[in-house]
Amino acid sequence: MSVAAKHGETCRAGTRGSGSTWAGRSMRRVEDPALVAGRGRFSADLAATHWVRFVRSHVAAGRIMAIRRPPGAHVVTAAELASVKPINPMLHRFGYVPVGQPVLADGEVRFVGEPIAAVVAASPGQAEDVADEVVVEIAETAPVVDARQALAAGAPLVHAGAAGNVIVNAEFETAGFTAACEGRRLVSVAVRSRRQSALPLEPRAGHAAFDPASGRVTLTCSTQMPHLMRTAIADLLAMREQDLHVVAPDVGGGFGQKMSLAPEYVVLVWLARALGSVVAWTEDRRENLIASYHSRDQTIGLEGAFDADARLVALSADVTANVGAYSCFPTTGAVEPLMALFELPGPYDVRAYRCQARGVLTHTCPMAPYRGVSRPVMTLAMERLMDRAARELGLDPVEIRRRNLIDTFPYVSATGLTFDDASYRRTMEIAVEAVDLAAFRRRQSAARRDGQFLGIGFATFSERTGYGTPAFAARGMDVTLGWETVEITMDPSGFVEARIGASPHGQGLRTTLTQIIADEIGIAPEQIRVVHGDTDRTPYGFGTFASRSLVIAGGASLMAARKVRAKLVAVASHLLEAAAADIVLAAGVATVAGTDRSMPIETLARAAYHQIQRFKGEIAPGLSESATYDPPGTFSNACHVAIVEVDPETGAAAVEKFLVAEDAGRIINPMIVDGQIHGGVAQGIGNALLEEIIYDDTGNIRTTTLADYLPPTCREIPPIEIHHLETLSETSITGAKGVGEGGAIGAPAAVINAINDAISPFGASIDEMPATPQRICAALRAAARESR
Amino acid sequence: MSSKIDVTLTINGRAHRIRVEPRRTLADAIREDCGQTGTHLGCEHGVCGACTVLVDGEPVRSCLMFAVQAQGNPIRTVEGLASGAEFHPLQRAFMEHHGLQCGFCTPGFLMLATGVLEREPDISDADLIDILASNLCRCTGYQNIVKAVRAAAAEMRQSRQTAS
Repeated sequence: MSVAAKHGETCRAGTRGSGSTWAGRSMRRVEDPALVAGRGRFSADLAATHWVRFVRSHVAAGRIMAIRRPPGAHVVTAAELASVKPINPMLHRFGYVPVGQPVLADGEVRFVGEPIAAVVAASPGQAEDVADEVVVEIAETAPVVDARQALAAGAPLVHAGAAGNVIVNAEFETAGFTAACEGRRLVSVAVRSRRQSALPLEPRAGHAAFDPASGRVTLTCSTQMPHLMRTAIADLLAMREQDLHVVAPDVGGGFGQKMSLAPEYVVLVWLARALGSVVAWTEDRRENLIASYHSRDQTIGLEGAFDADARLVALSADVTANVGAYSCFPTTGAVEPLMALFELPGPYDVRAYRCQARGVLTHTCPMAPYRGVSRPVMTLAMERLMDRAARELGLDPVEIRRRNLIDTFPYVSATGLTFDDASYRRTMEIAVEAVDLAAFRRRQSAARRDGQFLGIGFATFSERTGYGTPAFAARGMDVTLGWETVEITMDPSGFVEARIGASPHGQGLRTTLTQIIADEIGIAPEQIRVVHGDTDRTPYGFGTFASRSLVIAGGASLMAARKVRAKLVAVASHLLEAAAADIVLAAGVATVAGTDRSMPIETLARAAYHQIQRFKGEIAPGLSESATYDPPGTFSNACHVAIVEVDPETGAAAVEKFLVAEDAGRIINPMIVDGQIHGGVAQGIGNALLEEIIYDDTGNIRTTTLADYLPPTCREIPPIEIHHLETLSETSITGAKGVGEGGAIGAPAAVINAINDAISPFGASIDEMPATPQRICAALRAAARESR
Repeated sequence: MSSKIDVTLTINGRAHRIRVEPRRTLADAIREDCGQTGTHLGCEHGVCGACTVLVDGEPVRSCLMFAVQAQGNPIRTVEGLASGAEFHPLQRAFMEHHGLQCGFCTPGFLMLATGVLEREPDISDADLIDILASNLCRCTGYQNIVKAVRAAAAEMRQSRQTAS
C-alpha cells in the first residue's frame, strides 16, 4: 500500500495501537529547549584534573627509534601499555586478514597522525606545550598511499601478515554468468570517489573519571555506541566490564565517524585507573581531520550487459576500497567493500551478477563507516552506468531506469537479499513530474544558445535500513549488531521512563520514540521521558547507525509499550469491573467503551504498585516491561534530481535546485524526516563538489584545516524540495523504514549525472567525485583534445 | 609557562574576575574560567563559527580573540539570550522550524543571527544567506536554519513596529 503526500502536508496511512494521536505529527523536539539555551551537555564541557595531549606520527611509515621526553614530563608510550591488547576486530569470511592496532604505536608507525604517546599535564595548554617538546625519532620507510600503489607487485607491506596489502577479498558470481553476457551490448564505467571525512562539528572528546569508592571508571565520550565501547575497552584493558561505566551525553554529530572505537578513549580509561584520577582529552580539528576516521576512498569498475530492450541482464563489478592502515572496531575495514558486494545492483532487476570486492591497506588514516557507507559510491557507479547506457542506446535516462527498476515484491536479489514493498518506479515518476523534465529540456536548450550550460541528473536508489542480526552475520562479523532492547517503566505517579540501548546524536529519537509510546499507552508526550547514552541506566544495545534506530529501537519501544498497555488494561479491567476487551486507554484515561465509567491512568499506575491485593493474584506488581526487536531489515527508496549549472571557463558547478521523492514507509515525525533528508543531501552535495582529504606522495596529509577541507556552507546548498510516499512494510512493526542515510546516498550521483548532462555539448564526461573545478576543466580539456 | 594576568570579563551582564595567561583565548576563558559552556569550539581556527559570541554587539569568533582583548567590552553568549523563562524569538524559531539537530553549532548560529538582526533588522534574504554562510552546520543542510532566521527576523520587525 502506498499513499502519496505533498511536501509539507501530513498524510498518514495505517494506525496502530490506540490510534495515531502523536505519530504522524511534526511534534516539536523534546531535545531542543536545552540545546537552544546553551544547556546541552557535551563531553568537552566537563572539568578534569589531568589533561591529555597525544603526540602523533609525523610520517606515514617507519620504525620508532627513540622517544625523548622533556625532563619531568609525564609521558605514556606503548612500553607503559604493554598489558593492553591491540584493537583487532575479526571477520570470519572472505579471506579477512586480522591486523591489530596498538592503542599507542608500538615500534612501527603506519599513518600520519597515529598516536604514539600520551602527555599528561594539569591543563590542556600545558599538555600541548609539553607534547611539542617530545621528540620522536622515526626511521622512515617507503609508504604506500593509494590502493593501486599498494596492490602493485613488490609494494611495501603495511602489515607483514597481510600479503599484497589485501585485508579482504570477496568474490561472488551467479551461475551461468558468462553465458548471460553473450551477444549483449556491453557498457562500462569506472568511477572513483576520493577520500572524505564525515566531519561531525563536535570533535571527539573523552573524560575518564576514576571513583575510588567503587573502583569504577566513568568514561564520558562522544560516541554513537556506548555499550559496545564499554565491552571493547574492558576487553582491551582486561578489566571487568562492570567496572566501566560509559556515558554518551549530548553528541555533536557522528555520521558514522563516532561509531568506531577510538584508541584514544582506551588510553584515557587506562590513565584514569593508573592515576586514580580524572583525565580528559578533547581533539582539535587538525587531529579530527588527520586521525579520526576517513571514508569513501573507493574505485568501482562496472560492465553492464544490456539486451535489445535496454534491460540490464548481467552486471560485472570490480570494487577496490582503500581502507587505510588499520581495521576499525566493530565493523572492520571490510565494511565498504563487503557492502558493495552484497548491495551493488541496488534497485535494478539484474539476475546475472559477478563482483570482486577488495579492501586494501595503505599508510593512511583508517577507514570507517560514514553515512551511507559504500552506497553513495555504489549509487554513483550504477547511476553513471545507466546514464551512459541510455546515451549509447539512444534512450532517455528516465526511460532506461523505467525499464530496469524492480517493480514486483518481495524481490529476491542476485545476492539473496529480499527487497520488501517499495516504490522505486513511482518515486521516479513523481520526481520527473515535479521537476517538469520537458520544461527543463526547453530551458536547457535555450540556455545553451546563450552560452549557459545547465544539466539535470537523476539518481534512483535503495537504502537498506533497520537490518537485524542476519545481515551482520552474513558478513561474518564477530559482533552482529542487530537487535535493540527498550525497557519501559510507568512509575506510581503514571510517568513513563523509556530506557533505550540506541544512542541518538541529533536525530531527535527521544521525540519520535515519545510519539510512538504516547500513542500506544494513551498518555501525553509530557508524561514520557526517553533515557539513552548511559550504560548504567539503559539496557545493552548497539547504538545509533545504519538508519536503524527508529525501525529497531522504535519497534522495541512499540512492543514494550504494548506490554505496559496490556497490563494497564488488565488493572483497569479489575478496578472498573469490565472485560479487558472493553477498556480503552486514551488521553491519560481508561474508559469502559460505551459507558461513562472511567479512571485516570495515574490511578491505575498507583494501584499497580500499592493496591495489588485488589487483583486476586492475577497481576504481578509494578509496571515495568521490556522488549527486544531484531527485524529482518527493510529497504527505503528515493529518486533524487539535481539541476546544476557549469561554467566551462572556470569549471565551477553550482547546484541550482534539488528535488527528492522518497519513501521511508510510515512517517512518525514529518519535520524530523525532512531534516534528515536535508542534512544528508547537503553532505552528498559536499561529497560531489567540494570535500576531499588529500595526501601527497609521501603520505603526508595536506587537508588539515577547514580552509583546506571544504564542507558546504548555506551558499552551496540550494532549496531542497521533498515529496513523500509511505509504502508500509510488514518487515517493520511500526511501518517505519530508516531515513538517516538516504540523502547522502543519492545526492552525489544526481549531482555528478547533472554535471555530465551540462558538459555533454563539449563531448566531455566526468566519473569522479568531488567534481572540483580543476577536474571539470580537465575533463573539458581532454574532450577538446580528443575532438581535435 | 607565561605568567598570569588579571582580567575581568563581563558576560551577559555579570562580571567574571579571572586570572589567565595572556595567550588564553576568549573562547577558552568563557568556557573554562567562567564556566559558560554553551559556547562551543568546532575548529579553533576561525572557520566553523561554533564559538561565535557578541562582543560589544558584534559577532566575533571567540577562538580568534584573546580574553584580554575583550576586557571592558560587554560580551553576550547563548546563555544570555533568553529573558528569564522567555526564549528569544530566534531560539523559538529554531525550535519551531527544526533549525537544529545535534545542537552543537546552534549557539554560534544564534549569536551570529542575533548580532546581524540587531544591527540590520531589514536585511535582505540574499545578504542574510551571505552572513549565515559564515558558520558551518553539518546536520541540517541549512534549509531550516535559514527558514528560522527569516521567521525570527519577521517576528522581530513586527514587534518593533507594534512597540513604536
